Amino acid sequence: MSHLLLRNGRVIDPWNGVDAVQDVLVADGKIAKVGAGLKAPAGATVIDAGGKVVCPGFIDIHVHLREPGFEYKETIATGTRSAAAGGFTAVACMANTFPVNDNRAVTDYILAKARVEGCVRVYPIGAVTRALKGEELAEMGELAEAGCVAFSDDGKCVMNAEVYRRAMEYALPFGVPIISHAEDCHLAHRGVMNEGLVSTELGLAGQPAAAEDVMVARDILLAELTGAHLHIAHISTAGAVRMVREARARGVRVTAEVTPHHLVMTDEAVRDYDANTKMAPPLRGKRDVEACLEALAEGTIDCVATDHAPHALSDKEGEFAEAANGVVGLETAVPVLLDRLVRQGRLDLPTLVARFTSGPARLLNLPGGRLSAGAPADITVLDLERAWTVEPRHLHSRSRNTPFGGWTGVGAPVLTLVGGKPALPNQPLAVPGGDA
Amino acid sequence: MAWKRKDLLSMQDLEPAEIRAVLDTSESMKEIATREIKKVPTLRGKTVVNLFYESSTRTRTSFEIAGKWLSADVINFSASGSSAEKGESLLDTAKNIEAMSPDVVVVRHKASGAPAMLARNLRCAVVNAGDGAHEHPTQALLDLLTIREKKGHLEGLNVTIVGDVAHSRVARSDIHGMKKMGITVTVAGPPTLIPAACQELGVKVSHRLEEAIAHADVIMMLRLQHERMTAGFIPSLREYSRVWGLSLDKLKHCRSDVLIMHPGPVNRGVELSPEVADGPYSVILDQVTNGVAVRMAVLYLLAGSKGA
Repeated sequence: MSHLLLRNGRVIDPWNGVDAVQDVLVADGKIAKVGAGLKAPAGATVIDAGGKVVCPGFIDIHVHLREPGFEYKETIATGTRSAAAGGFTAVACMANTFPVNDNRAVTDYILAKARVEGCVRVYPIGAVTRALKGEELAEMGELAEAGCVAFSDDGKCVMNAEVYRRAMEYALPFGVPIISHAEDCHLAHRGVMNEGLVSTELGLAGQPAAAEDVMVARDILLAELTGAHLHIAHISTAGAVRMVREARARGVRVTAEVTPHHLVMTDEAVRDYDANTKMAPPLRGKRDVEACLEALAEGTIDCVATDHAPHALSDKEGEFAEAANGVVGLETAVPVLLDRLVRQGRLDLPTLVARFTSGPARLLNLPGGRLSAGAPADITVLDLERAWTVEPRHLHSRSRNTPFGGWTGVGAPVLTLVGGKPALPNQPLAVPGGDA
Repeated sequence: MAWKRKDLLSMQDLEPAEIRAVLDTSESMKEIATREIKKVPTLRGKTVVNLFYESSTRTRTSFEIAGKWLSADVINFSASGSSAEKGESLLDTAKNIEAMSPDVVVVRHKASGAPAMLARNLRCAVVNAGDGAHEHPTQALLDLLTIREKKGHLEGLNVTIVGDVAHSRVARSDIHGMKKMGITVTVAGPPTLIPAACQELGVKVSHRLEEAIAHADVIMMLRLQHERMTAGFIPSLREYSRVWGLSLDKLKHCRSDVLIMHPGPVNRGVELSPEVADGPYSVILDQVTNGVAVRMAVLYLLAGSKGA
């Protein structure tokens, strides 16, 4: 039996209501015990986590790993390394690969690649409709059987309400959510950023917040009609937040995620026409950012998800209006939020940890997100005093399209354990030894 | 004042003193146009590249004449018949041009922000000759020069800008420039053609033409692009012209010394009736003349004023 003991860390495990200095014992890749003064079995590896924060492994339920099809942007190997470096032990990857993950062969391929080349757990998300065209349902039954943990046409919005209604109904027996990329493509029109004073001054076509709100409203009504579990991806407007809050109060099964960039940036960031501030949904106004943060704190928003969307320089270096949508986020999410939210006193640490662990795990029925005995030993260790600077060229991701380039702050993940083993080499905390 | 800027990208960037410097310099440049030999050696040995990704007659010609009267070597590069057609990116094209050591690159591009991107990446001066729906600073400067010439001053005037403000780079540059010079600006047009949060730019917004132009010292009519109709912003050109076109009839209620301006090219019979476009209130051709003077001033300030 191989043992690992993390000693004297502040253990924050929201699932089990733990926030105390304790030890975590891992045996054969699973959590064996959490408690004070645990003895290290003979031959155990002991990690001194004194002064650090020990959490269940962070989970990002919204990433684009780009493989198969767009390996020049990211691969399962580089994307999962990026995840591990950012403190994530599991990711759920969207279906807009090429070919689209709308059939079992693609799901099998992703899972096989992840087993061989991935360094964190990879959970595929299947397409709702064939080829993401919004017309005919994908073979959801087989996709669920193959291991898809949710369904989404993310990147596109299923504009036909009838098709979406049928998708929600059809998915009911599989017990997994339908994840909505809520963007009315007619209202969004050719908008390349949020509509408002900044878009007017920059002369860039704006899309109104209503383009998102209209679809969130529709999807909530469809969830109410069908009884499906609807999950709103990358919520970004005050209006959408209000509707989700109201729907939950009525008992509709709707959950939501928010991205780090929508929590700490506004459309003011677009002023330099930097394509790394272009994404869908776009960066919104101050009022929207505040509404998202409030909803995250109170739990109306269940989790933070990065919408990690790698793009090569050639997809991003042209004119703003022509540049691809999306930013990488796996390596910046935790440091940026630890500094800008927790350190600045806008959100308490246990709540942030919950939104990265128990929140996403519950939402997708994943085995992680908790330090319960018998659970996989997926563990993220944070150092709240670690200073950082975002250097795009040092990212583990194959792409560099971060809006946080040059940002500095304090507080970062320092060790990521998947199944009790460091997900990346060269993470410095582990020292061999034992008490007995 | 000493000119310190490397580039001219927007009116939003400029200080009032800088605007005055361009206008004052333009006035001295204007004198050159009245000479029999319209050439001074100021920019001899300097190279100006006109990098035009959108078709333009007036602006490109205006920059070309401006450069030539100052004795610069002016090269025109238009997107058709060039590497842009072969898929070369804007940045690559610009870097290639820079490798030939120009002093000024004048750029027009359909994408808002394209000149700003070039300015960040090129060592030479970059002049924005119109980018998307963002800005067209030399147009605003020539508009200000024309108004100052005709009215004797700028401060305290009322200017009404009419039409497709949403898609107009001229309107944005005019609004910023005029506000900085103490002009009160009103914009008027159908709500579908007024951009979001327009009041926050510090202008009055009106949806009735007669009301908007009643007290105006200057009326700036914007060009209506035909594609606005197919894109659903207005029902028809006919209706637009009836409601928002400026005819002699509607001018009856205006000040007797009102100036009618238009950045061109005019859609005759749409935003302006021919009688108004060619009538006594119109200073549209003065704008064109002043355009050359303003561009001479801009090229001089960017390329010639530092130890040339």
